[in-house]
Amino acid sequence: MSVDIAIRMTLGGSDRRFELDVAFASSHRRVVLYGPSGAGKSLTLRAIAGLVTPAAGHVRIDGRTLFDARINVAARDRGVGYVFQDYALFPHLTVAQNIGFGLTRGWSNPRRRQPDPRVRRWLDLFELGAVADHHPAQLSGGQRQRTALARALAPGPRIVLLDEPFSALDPALRGRMRDELRDLQARLDLQLLMITHDPADVAALDGHTIEIRDGRAAP
Amino acid sequence: MDGIWVPLALSLKVAGWATAIDLVLGVTVAWWLSRWRSPARELVDSVLTLPLVLPPTVLGYYLLVLFGRRGALGAWLDRIGIDLVFTWQGAVIASALVAFPLVLKAARTAFEAVNPQMENAARVLGMDELAIFFRVSLPLAARGIVAGALLAFARAMGEFGATLMIAGNLPGRTQTLSVAIYAAVQAGDDGGAAIMVGVTSVTCVVALLLAGWLAPKHPPRAAA
Repeated sequence: MSVDIAIRMTLGGSDRRFELDVAFASSHRRVVLYGPSGAGKSLTLRAIAGLVTPAAGHVRIDGRTLFDARINVAARDRGVGYVFQDYALFPHLTVAQNIGFGLTRGWSNPRRRQPDPRVRRWLDLFELGAVADHHPAQLSGGQRQRTALARALAPGPRIVLLDEPFSALDPALRGRMRDELRDLQARLDLQLLMITHDPADVAALDGHTIEIRDGRAAP
Repeated sequence: MDGIWVPLALSLKVAGWATAIDLVLGVTVAWWLSRWRSPARELVDSVLTLPLVLPPTVLGYYLLVLFGRRGALGAWLDRIGIDLVFTWQGAVIASALVAFPLVLKAARTAFEAVNPQMENAARVLGMDELAIFFRVSLPLAARGIVAGALLAFARAMGEFGATLMIAGNLPGRTQTLSVAIYAAVQAGDDGGAAIMVGVTSVTCVVALLLAGWLAPKHPPRAAA
């Protein structure tokens, strides 16, 4: 199983409680968690990335345990790519600097001029060369999404988590970006885990779909 | 007119050092406060904001008690040969204390306006907390912090009460502009006082204009 997840945690106080108890496993390269908003999909994704710590369960990716009763690998060491719903691009950095962010260690950001050759490669692959020096605020919706995807892929993650990646796009663009993602996944043989509430996303990605409802994976 | 340059230079030096100290301390404490999840957080914030509302004479008194020869810190400093009372360094400490809340408040607001998702994005890209601070949080909060620093500079330029108590009124050594104005009025030198009042006012207006221009018009999270 390349993706083996079990997450149990409770959120909120006595008046509004949310219980998440999700377990699923898959060896498919494209896994989709599908369900209405508020079902616990985003929380599951955050727990896989190590941004929240579950009360119990396990997170195993490609046989490597990132979390269980004894192990809790820090988010920065998990080697997980994350495409946020609002993309969370760094507004003070250019497209090239955003993509190079995870490739540069230390306390200073990548240089503005002469990006890393690895960044060049991603700029070319995503056709972002013309806007490499632009800031996120100057980009179109599709360019923003490509930048977020390139930034997540650049450090070579073992899995890419996608949080409603198409919801911020206008409907006309959505279809094209779905095709792009599907094509990219096949070309680079990426391990994807996407969450969505949109049946069209499920159909387009055509992977192993797991339904999440009220904090549980439907059997 | 000649008499104005010495106190003006001293005021700029004192306010500059005080602002630099406040920047380092204020940004550090603000960052820590903005992430510290504890009920005591607002209490600590309130205590650190006290210099904004306490009479400067009260602050000056605290400083004397602390840094005087028989004071808790003063006795120790005295042993290693440092005496802050009646020195321009004492004036720096007084100004830094009085202006500190202005940097702290501005920096805390600026850090809390940074979209936490930005920091999460940096975290999953492999950054440790210090790298996130220097590469994401600090640049995104920079405008607000600089605006706060300019306010602090203007406040430090005008510091009078606490400065007078710990540093005194020694012309050429601890007599800053605001203290010199008081001395001039006491001595009946109304012309000299008027010029110094004008210079102080203009310096502070420039600092406030810069602060207003730098202050974020909309929170950084508005940008994608």
